[in-house]
Amino acid sequence: MRVAELQSSRVAEEQSRRNEPPLQLRNSATLQLAFIGGIYSNYHALVATLDDIARRGVDATYFLGDLGAFGPHPDRVPALLRERGIAGIQGNYEESLSSDASDCHCGYTDPRDNHYAQISYDYTFANTSDDHKRWMGTLPREIRFIAGDRKFLLVHGSPRKINEFLWRSTSPEPFLDKLLRDHDADVIVCTHTGLHWHRALDRNRHVINAGVIGRPANDGHTNVWYTLVRVSNDHVEVEFVPVAYDHHALADEMRRERLPDEFVETILTGWWTTCLEILPAKERAAGKW
Amino acid sequence: MTASIPLLALDTLWIQVAGTLCNIACTHCFISCSPTNDSHEMISLAEVERRLDEARELGVREYYFTGGEPFMNRDMLSILEATLRQGPATVLTNGMLLRSETCRRLRELSDASDYSLDIRVSLDGFDAESHDAIRGRGVWDKVMTGLRNLADAGINPVITVTTAAEGVETNEGRARFLDIIRNFGFTKPRLKVLSLFRIGAEETRTRAYEEWERIANESLTDDEASTLQCSSCRMVTSKGVYVCPILIEEPEAKMGETLADTLRPFPLKYGACHTCWVDGVTCRT
Repeated sequence: MRVAELQSSRVAEEQSRRNEPPLQLRNSATLQLAFIGGIYSNYHALVATLDDIARRGVDATYFLGDLGAFGPHPDRVPALLRERGIAGIQGNYEESLSSDASDCHCGYTDPRDNHYAQISYDYTFANTSDDHKRWMGTLPREIRFIAGDRKFLLVHGSPRKINEFLWRSTSPEPFLDKLLRDHDADVIVCTHTGLHWHRALDRNRHVINAGVIGRPANDGHTNVWYTLVRVSNDHVEVEFVPVAYDHHALADEMRRERLPDEFVETILTGWWTTCLEILPAKERAAGKW
Repeated sequence: MTASIPLLALDTLWIQVAGTLCNIACTHCFISCSPTNDSHEMISLAEVERRLDEARELGVREYYFTGGEPFMNRDMLSILEATLRQGPATVLTNGMLLRSETCRRLRELSDASDYSLDIRVSLDGFDAESHDAIRGRGVWDKVMTGLRNLADAGINPVITVTTAAEGVETNEGRARFLDIIRNFGFTKPRLKVLSLFRIGAEETRTRAYEEWERIANESLTDDEASTLQCSSCRMVTSKGVYVCPILIEEPEAKMGETLADTLRPFPLKYGACHTCWVDGVTCRT
């Protein structure tokens, strides 16, 4: 059985240009994949996540974009991802940073959200090296592969827009069914919203929001989340993995960098304080603010 | 040559459940809804269910209910119950008919669904005087009662304010509105500012569109098109399916009888199109 096969020629080309290894296959019928959503410059969480992934003997790891945002020292995350040769895609942050854009194109509509998004972006832009920005420009916008017999499509926001928010409570099954059909996929993995969820559709099809490791999931807990997917033939199993990390160290660094107190509060309390007007009713009701 | 806008995807389905029937007659209403306007009629639960079936086939993402005043439709709660089995729903209301029992039931419907239910309540001023000047005498007090009932039921509405409320576009104006919302006990105040369309009653209150107020582009890129809601919505009324919730008094804006009839591009030739384009307006929350 050919368990994994790169489908998109553009991605294959990109990956070979970056000398990335193809999916490493273990001698096992089940393939285990790890997906890391928005990292938001949370280097400490990335280190903890990669350690956890390494302990589990995962076959392949992908990042899904938005390497920078709320956190400090935005060069650390791309440096580590590049050093480890981890494959991934652009988020709206990478698209903006690599094209000298004046804002993050996060897709917010409320002035309160945009106010804090601009602070994040300006700091990240000013503190990201040109070399990393150029590398971000070389990242693909999507990755396709086959695992088991499932066609995977990795995107940042949605298959149709890099900054589209796929929230659980506003992504009903008929809509997801259409996305999967329109984009010729059995499994879509995305991020961008900051909240992880999974909907299983008929015929073993799935849409998975991998969540983020950049900030907690607005649930009053300080841990962050990445996603493991186990695939065997047409069977797909999804596990959201909580990751504890040294969030106090992160908070200290954020303060030293004079990032807003509101950002620090989110890291220390697990409740979102900014960029939450975009939340739909159900997700908004679940948080403290 | 007028630019046409393609339907990139039918994400948002608007349903005018109350027709043009409303319990008030706001001076800025773009379709002049009132207690006597029966230009478009109410839509029954059975008709909504037929539209939901059509929408499921087309992969619609979200449903918006408007009027007139949606809660004048006696089936409104049943309509929401049916809709929330299929996707997220938003109701645009003037807030006057939000009785305690209605709000309690809305909360139950919201809790029972996997999808979001949003209630959007219109305010048009910072106080009774400015609000009632647009919406009618005594309306402010009734809306205040409705908002308190929502708060008691634990429903956090989106408050929408049109630019008829002077100063709402400034930071100070927004802050003032957020304070008003907080004072009702909503600790997570949600506010959306809406543009006015110079059609219907608003044409008399201020002025009609000038001839130059039209979209000048001869064509739009998909990115430009995606900023306009008509690239991803349609509006169902008792008369058929229209391009958007604004243009339902334009005969040519009726695109067909079924949703599948209306998936073609639409010419952006109206003054209201100019407002959406210039202001970056979307009626969506």
